[in-house]
Amino acid sequence: MNIHEYQAKQIFAKYGVPTPKGIVANTPDQAAKNAAELGGDIWVVKAQIHAGGRGLGGGVKLAKSIDEVRTLASEILGMTLVTHQTGPEGKLVQKVYIEEGADIKDELYLGVVLDRAKEMPVIMASTEGGMEIEKVAEETPEKIIKVAVDPAIGFQGFHGRELVFGLGITDKNEQKKFIDFASKLYRVYVENDAELIEINPLIKTGSGDFLALDGKMGFDDSALGRHPEIEDMRDISEEDPDEREASQYGLSYVALDGEIGCMVNGAGLAMGTMDTINYMGGTPANFLDVGGKANAETVAKGFEIILKNPNVKAIFVNIFGGIVRCDRIANGILEATKMVDVHVPVIVRLDGTNALEAAEILKNANIANVIPATDLADGAAKAVAAAKGE
Amino acid sequence: MSILVNKETKVIVQGFTGSEGTFHAEQCIAYGTNIVGGVTPNKGGQEHLGKPVFDTVKEAVEATGATVSMVFVPPAFVADAVMEAADAGIELAVIITEGAPVRDMQAAKAYATKHGMKTIGPNCPGIITAEECKIGIMPGMIFKKGNVGLISKSGTLTYEGANQVCKEGFGITTAVGIGGDPIIGLSYKQLLPMFEADPETEAIVMIGEIGGDLEIQAAEFIKENITKPVVAFIAGQTAPKGKRMGHAGAIVSGSAGTAAEKMAALEAAGVKVVVSPAEIGKAVKEVLSK
Repeated sequence: MNIHEYQAKQIFAKYGVPTPKGIVANTPDQAAKNAAELGGDIWVVKAQIHAGGRGLGGGVKLAKSIDEVRTLASEILGMTLVTHQTGPEGKLVQKVYIEEGADIKDELYLGVVLDRAKEMPVIMASTEGGMEIEKVAEETPEKIIKVAVDPAIGFQGFHGRELVFGLGITDKNEQKKFIDFASKLYRVYVENDAELIEINPLIKTGSGDFLALDGKMGFDDSALGRHPEIEDMRDISEEDPDEREASQYGLSYVALDGEIGCMVNGAGLAMGTMDTINYMGGTPANFLDVGGKANAETVAKGFEIILKNPNVKAIFVNIFGGIVRCDRIANGILEATKMVDVHVPVIVRLDGTNALEAAEILKNANIANVIPATDLADGAAKAVAAAKGE
Repeated sequence: MSILVNKETKVIVQGFTGSEGTFHAEQCIAYGTNIVGGVTPNKGGQEHLGKPVFDTVKEAVEATGATVSMVFVPPAFVADAVMEAADAGIELAVIITEGAPVRDMQAAKAYATKHGMKTIGPNCPGIITAEECKIGIMPGMIFKKGNVGLISKSGTLTYEGANQVCKEGFGITTAVGIGGDPIIGLSYKQLLPMFEADPETEAIVMIGEIGGDLEIQAAEFIKENITKPVVAFIAGQTAPKGKRMGHAGAIVSGSAGTAAEKMAALEAAGVKVVVSPAEIGKAVKEVLSK
């Protein structure tokens, strides 16, 4: 799960990670009121969406008067912001963050993420703040310093020294401030079960202070149960409605732009099914993993979600039953044909636990649109042919 | 022969009396797995599925001599259960539970490693030595005894691969579902040499996925150390980018973890890489008839 910049900064503030002062707003008037409350003579109006690259897309603007804050907020609120991370369809801006202006001397990058190979969190820092970090990693990887922290010992002084010497911070007072910043950010990462934290840029001000000018946080979904306060930060409007509806039924769904709807058990086989369709000259319309607890209701729901997509010309149900019992899936297909108008051919391959019973159920039901398949290759070939109208 | 487990292996079940634990332990016993007991706190002294229940892993190990534990406890308690097993001297914990927090698994695995306990999973189908010992949730009937070892991140692709191998007239020595979580126990690099050393295994099937760089590490390892033929499939060639972890994870591993990149690395290591999982069986036949 991801959260907005203003929410990440609320968490940072709780741990003493320094940020500029700011207040979130839903309307231009609220934005102007926030600016007045913050005081000063320069403010930043920032679109709040779950994507980076907001500045380049026109979602971050500088204002030099309260009136300008109101004008900019009215322009940004309701705009569809397109950045390199939103995809071409962009994202609707529903909130703006009004922040006091900062005196920027240097821009740095600081992030924390899991290093899968070392099996511990790694702190990444770079002098190339404000740039796309992916680009820095590609073009000048030596400019990214990585310091892995073993959670058994936590953030120690030597971790901090590696960071400041790597970044070329020589002033002792600044060294102390940066190490304090990084150690607090590490705590934010660990104690909140974050999956990712990125601050880009982290700035050094004219007076040698470090401030998180931006904040991006993602969380380990498996750990949200013990962080209700983070679960409360969920912004449903940022999530795909179909994916969300699917998840409520224990289905994992991702829309794609092809023609063959897929319903599969297990993420690996679901991806493998998409790959096979592609290999045989077809195009998958979605990824859909029905999970290990599939029953008639969830399968029917899966059909409903797949068929919402007008591009779908055929559906390939590919189940290798282990925990999932094939007879339940077969019953689900029968239910679905009663509940939903299944107007495209459905190719069904059911193998594994109770496959024979399932075949019997489908045979007896004798549904016009249902085409049985013997294995993965046969099913994919039939689905590709059906989508082409053959 | 086989790797890690066989019909002699004494297995206990943690989370024995829960609904998942009960259902799958029963299936394992029916398959022939030597399940010697189980652990559920506060149910010690009872009998379940005809086997003794213990309050702690320590008691279970002392009473039964078990060396392997199959873990079914709910996600929030997995790390505790795994560390308890390591502390009690269990040699291998097979963690089936899905949805354990990454931070918990990090701590549990570090502790297990310190105590010399191997782990498989979490969020995996488990391990099966065909017609001898099933520790997990896979449908046992598709694994016929034979000469092919199998390692897979994905559960259902394990079944798909094993089924095709058997349909081509071959069979499985041992199949291991390693799971696809960010932190997992035994991986390709540790399992490949076990199959290389196993006299009955003549070929190895390796099934991977996008994300992380375990398959890249495996490719490097195969090049230097594995003489038996390897067939590989990487799922997710057509998967949309950036759906799970953002790009920062890819920066750490020094690679983007794409299917194309992994397939190229494996091919360069002399592995027979198939583009569709439907080709796994045929590819095994091809490498074994050379």
